[in-house]
Amino acid sequence: MAVLELRGLTKRFGGLLVVDGLDLVVREGEIVSLIGPNGAGKTTVFNLISGIFPPDDGDILLEGSSIVRLAGHEIAARGVARTFQTLRVFLNMTVAENVVVAEYARGRVGILRSILGTPAARREARQLRADAEQRLGFFGKRLVGYRFDQPAYSLSYANRRRLEIARAMATGARMLLLDEPAAGMNPAETHEISRLIGRLRDDLGYTILVIEHDMHVVEGISDRVAALDHGVKIAEGSFEEVASDPAVVEAYLGKGDAIAK
Amino acid sequence: MAEIGTDRWVDEVERRRSESGALGRLGQILSRRWLAVFVVVALVYPFVVGGDFGIRVGVNALLLALLALGLNVVVGYAGLLDLGYVAYYGLGAYGYAFLSSDQFGIHAPTLLVVAIVAIVVFLVGALLGQPARRLVGDYLAILTLFFLQAFIELALNLDRLQLPFVDGPLSITGGPNGISGVSPMEILGFRLGQVRDYYFLLLVLVVAVAVGLGNLERSRTGIAWRAIREDTLAAEQMTIPTGALKVIAYATGATIAAVSGTIFAAVQLGVFPQNFTVALLIVVYAALILGGEGSIAGAVLGALIIAMVPELLRTPTGARFLFYGGLFVGSVALLRPWRRLAWVAGGVMAVGVVAKVIVMTLWPAVAAGEGGGLFDRWLIRFDPSAVTLVNVLFVVMIVLVLAAIALRAPWRRDPLIVLAAYTLVLVWENRLVETPSITRQLLFGALLVVLMAVRPYGLLGRRRVEVV
Repeated sequence: MAVLELRGLTKRFGGLLVVDGLDLVVREGEIVSLIGPNGAGKTTVFNLISGIFPPDDGDILLEGSSIVRLAGHEIAARGVARTFQTLRVFLNMTVAENVVVAEYARGRVGILRSILGTPAARREARQLRADAEQRLGFFGKRLVGYRFDQPAYSLSYANRRRLEIARAMATGARMLLLDEPAAGMNPAETHEISRLIGRLRDDLGYTILVIEHDMHVVEGISDRVAALDHGVKIAEGSFEEVASDPAVVEAYLGKGDAIAK
Repeated sequence: MAEIGTDRWVDEVERRRSESGALGRLGQILSRRWLAVFVVVALVYPFVVGGDFGIRVGVNALLLALLALGLNVVVGYAGLLDLGYVAYYGLGAYGYAFLSSDQFGIHAPTLLVVAIVAIVVFLVGALLGQPARRLVGDYLAILTLFFLQAFIELALNLDRLQLPFVDGPLSITGGPNGISGVSPMEILGFRLGQVRDYYFLLLVLVVAVAVGLGNLERSRTGIAWRAIREDTLAAEQMTIPTGALKVIAYATGATIAAVSGTIFAAVQLGVFPQNFTVALLIVVYAALILGGEGSIAGAVLGALIIAMVPELLRTPTGARFLFYGGLFVGSVALLRPWRRLAWVAGGVMAVGVVAKVIVMTLWPAVAAGEGGGLFDRWLIRFDPSAVTLVNVLFVVMIVLVLAAIALRAPWRRDPLIVLAAYTLVLVWENRLVETPSITRQLLFGALLVVLMAVRPYGLLGRRRVEVV
């Protein structure tokens, strides 16, 4: 069953056609990678899905219903959460708070009961915190214990990437959009993040659309790969098929005779 | 394989950093038990100061604390730069005056009036807060500043309104003369006739609001507000309805301001347009920034300092207390180790003794005999006729202080500090303490500059990191 379906998705920035009639289907429990050179429009696709700006044409279906007109927070609450290529953790909040933030839509206690500090409000705050701590436990010992109450700015780069994934998970989403999860990581960390993405699907049942430049990661995790160039999908299929596709090779390396020269 | 990611070291460093320093430790104690300390001090205060004037100062301080608490929700939590804030204070005050004076001949029960004002202003705030959905920072600031100006203009000019089907001009706000003859509050049959009554009412209110906001701060709403301040786009992507929550923060702040406004109108027994100006707005912001944006205890502490210190500076005794207290704390904090402090203190004395001997022998005319005991041996007391000389010394003092701050090398800096400190005390005792009106402003300004330089994020504010 298709969790996410893009139909003829098109976006212009002024005269520049950034995404051009993109069709893509992500089925339940799949890990699909979006690859392409810088400027191909990959992150724009993520921004369109998550409602940061509306598409000029085409449709985005989440489990069969269109999410094109919804606000960003509504889309997230419907079950698609994302991470950011340029990290956007809440630096001046603690690690646990960063995750509690994303549980907002699951809270039921309103502002008045919160002010009065009713037992229900206290219970809910404790519950959200406990959920957040459990969520962070998914990353082993890295983000737990004394880390809970440390400000996020004290985290290393790799840990901030992990925190962003934990935060996206906390929204209650069933589908994750991961924007270059391995960017800026060393080989050991890259290997670990590949395994982690696999576990997100295998153990927790997430459907995942991932943008990635590191071809080892793409090869290791993808059920399917779609390649983008100048906003157009130039290839789709298994990693081997896409990697050997002449159009993809050309997009990454230029025309054969240009290299020969 | 060694355990990955258990860098206790970072934790240790953070802990030590947060605990180090006298101010930091004081801040820690205050942030844990501050409300109890505040209540005890505030309960004792009226009995210590006794007179009506002192209690009036206390009322103003508590009103400012309440205003700062409300502004903290808007600016400190949601990060909305709201320059129209004082307009809601004014709306609350005028609202109370409309419903509890002879202006329209309405004298409704106080609790009902306050409830009506709170609800109406919340709705007005929710309406006028709509631009906050799209605008941030200075753009929102300039727009909300317009709201304040519009409010002042309306208050000034709605005194001769021509309405259809009504004979003659109608006065709503009373124009520049405002509305006088506002009735005092009456809560549950108890008439608040004295300033003292309002003092205790405000104290209860400040505590209640502080506790309520403390609860809110830890709730999902409070955490969401802080996330919006940190990064609105990311917060929106994490299921938070950022637009709606910004509007709620704006309206909540407005409501707190309006409730303080009702009490202000009742204490003053009248409302006037000139009570709600940009000057007051700056004072509220100063209180919040000094105390530390985002900190409830900070908002209260900042308001108390901003409201009380100028009053303390009215008398030479109070001014002296603050001046030497500040000098002492500053020296102890900045001149380390102790040996260096002793050097400088001894140096000041020595310079003083030498200077006094030279002046007394060479120009006995400018000195005016002996003065207050403590300074006898080393402080020159100038004759009132030598006022120009003291003014020159004032300029010299400023140059010396600036030079002492600018220079880095200790062997050149310490002698300068000695000279600067000596001229500072000299000018202070001979000139500044004698002219309280000027000194108040100067000393108050200097105090704020020093406090903000020592704690750039406010006294109880948390260090913020933008990009790392």
